[in-house]
Amino acid sequence: MSEVRFHGRGGQGVVTTSKILANAFARTGQFGASFPMFGFERRGAPVTAFGRFSDKSVREKTQIYNPDILVVLDPSQRSSEAVFQGLLPGGMMLLNDSDNTINVSHDNLKKLGIIDANKIALEEIGLPIPNTVIVGAFAKMSGLLEIDPCCDALQDYFSGKKLSANIVCAKRGFEEVELFDL
Amino acid sequence: MNTKIKAKAKAGSQIKVITGNAAAAIGAKLARPDVVAAYPITPQTEIIEQISKFHADGEMDCELITVEGENSAMNAVMAASLAGGRVFTATSSWGLVFMYDAVLATAGARAPVVMVNVNRETPGIIAVSSGQQDMISTRDAGWIFLIAENCQEIIDLVIQAYRLAEDYDIQVPVMVHYDGFYLSYLSEVVDVPVQEDVDKFLAVLKDQPERTKLIPGGKLGCGSHGILDGYLELRYKHVSAMERSKAKFEQTDKEFQEIFGRGYGGLIEEYRMDDADVVLVGSGSMCGTIKTVIDKKRDAGVKVGLLKIRMYRPFPSEVMVKALKGKKAIGVVDRSLCFGFKGGPIYTELKAFETQLDGSKMISFIDGIANTDITIANVEQMIDATCDLAEGKDVREVTWVSYPEAQEPDSEKMGGR
Repeated sequence: MSEVRFHGRGGQGVVTTSKILANAFARTGQFGASFPMFGFERRGAPVTAFGRFSDKSVREKTQIYNPDILVVLDPSQRSSEAVFQGLLPGGMMLLNDSDNTINVSHDNLKKLGIIDANKIALEEIGLPIPNTVIVGAFAKMSGLLEIDPCCDALQDYFSGKKLSANIVCAKRGFEEVELFDL
Repeated sequence: MNTKIKAKAKAGSQIKVITGNAAAAIGAKLARPDVVAAYPITPQTEIIEQISKFHADGEMDCELITVEGENSAMNAVMAASLAGGRVFTATSSWGLVFMYDAVLATAGARAPVVMVNVNRETPGIIAVSSGQQDMISTRDAGWIFLIAENCQEIIDLVIQAYRLAEDYDIQVPVMVHYDGFYLSYLSEVVDVPVQEDVDKFLAVLKDQPERTKLIPGGKLGCGSHGILDGYLELRYKHVSAMERSKAKFEQTDKEFQEIFGRGYGGLIEEYRMDDADVVLVGSGSMCGTIKTVIDKKRDAGVKVGLLKIRMYRPFPSEVMVKALKGKKAIGVVDRSLCFGFKGGPIYTELKAFETQLDGSKMISFIDGIANTDITIANVEQMIDATCDLAEGKDVREVTWVSYPEAQEPDSEKMGGR
């Protein structure tokens, strides 16, 4: 089982990112379960979400304290201690950032993916909502998913022009994420 | 490129990745209610949003009343129910409290209302957070209470609730509870039943005698009014109906399994209980985590099991006693408080049956209050303490697992406020 923790802010689509990934995993015959944790629902407030992805059904209904993978949608949290809390050895991190220099480090962090998801989202959907780009980039970095189930999962959350634009976002995330071995 | 969500599905049913709230909304839709009263509250809001969408899209052929508050919501569905309609509403926490008089009136009138309550802490200390205190604060209202562990069980219980509430021999309102945040917002794989199967499952109700209902212009008192003997008669009948609902729920669960291929064991679910020496008793989303930890402990040779409460009102004492009798030690996990008692509410209730348990010892764990997480480590701690109790070691009667500062509640300690 892979345990993934998502960090971002209200309005960035953190919750939707974790939902789409759970959906994509289910399309590969695996199991996905994700849920967010926040207080009041409002834009700009820090949001954490948790994703468990496994070949067996996921029964745990508890938060994730020792993630294998971190997904950071809000670049201002890139060096936050809370983000790295409990990261397991051999850990990965996907970072949404316009700056693609490696300026994060952690003893357990072995793989880093950087993608300027806000820029791609602005170009494709006209809004700085990075979530669907992140979905594609996650698939590539983690190696846990192909891009097709990710794009198919988007059908459950978007329709019409928004769907096709977000599929482009996911594909560009998959193709354009820069990967670094640390 | 057309990957479908794969999972074991009954022929024709659809596998979806949806939240607990979406599962509740779809469950309600599949039951084809005549009237839905809707008022939003965190963490229940998504149910109302989904039902509003189903209604606007023409997928749900019901009267949708967008009321101005929860008190009106309950009065609206009670009235519609008394007029013979099938009804649905959903609430949480402050909303449940704001409709409390109507919740009691609905039970007194024996109106077969089905309501989802997404568990959240109550007013008192402002906390938009998970906890079963709202459920506990209404447990004596005269409703049947069912509790779900995961998104699949939410959709299944909402559908089953109608078979209990509207059954001619029961006619008692049913509340389906599930943990806010941990389940309301959890997205996971759900096997969504097909409409024809749900219609078939609920069709039994149509073959029963018609329940008494209000008819405009008709001279009929509907709802309860009585003093002295009249009142006693109505209350005795209500208590009796709730007792009958136990066997009815067992039976309904079996019929559900025949049609949908999923059964849950009725009033309680027993997990690895057969040869267990020690047992945790729990309810709701914590049970998934407890099962995971039990498997780990079993691998290490610890004979531990779980008794999951699915029907909380009426209290399933008979099946619980049968399952727990002779176990060395029992740890009861409460996600709420029982003011005036040191231990948690479910612990305190089960204590009443202690003499029937052939010497099983019991301790109380309070955890999961106000969104505190019932973690794997917390569950391990609870199992270890219950094992210690089984071995005759000195173990505290009540443990606030996530608040070690709290020793057993004690008048000598933590003076002042």
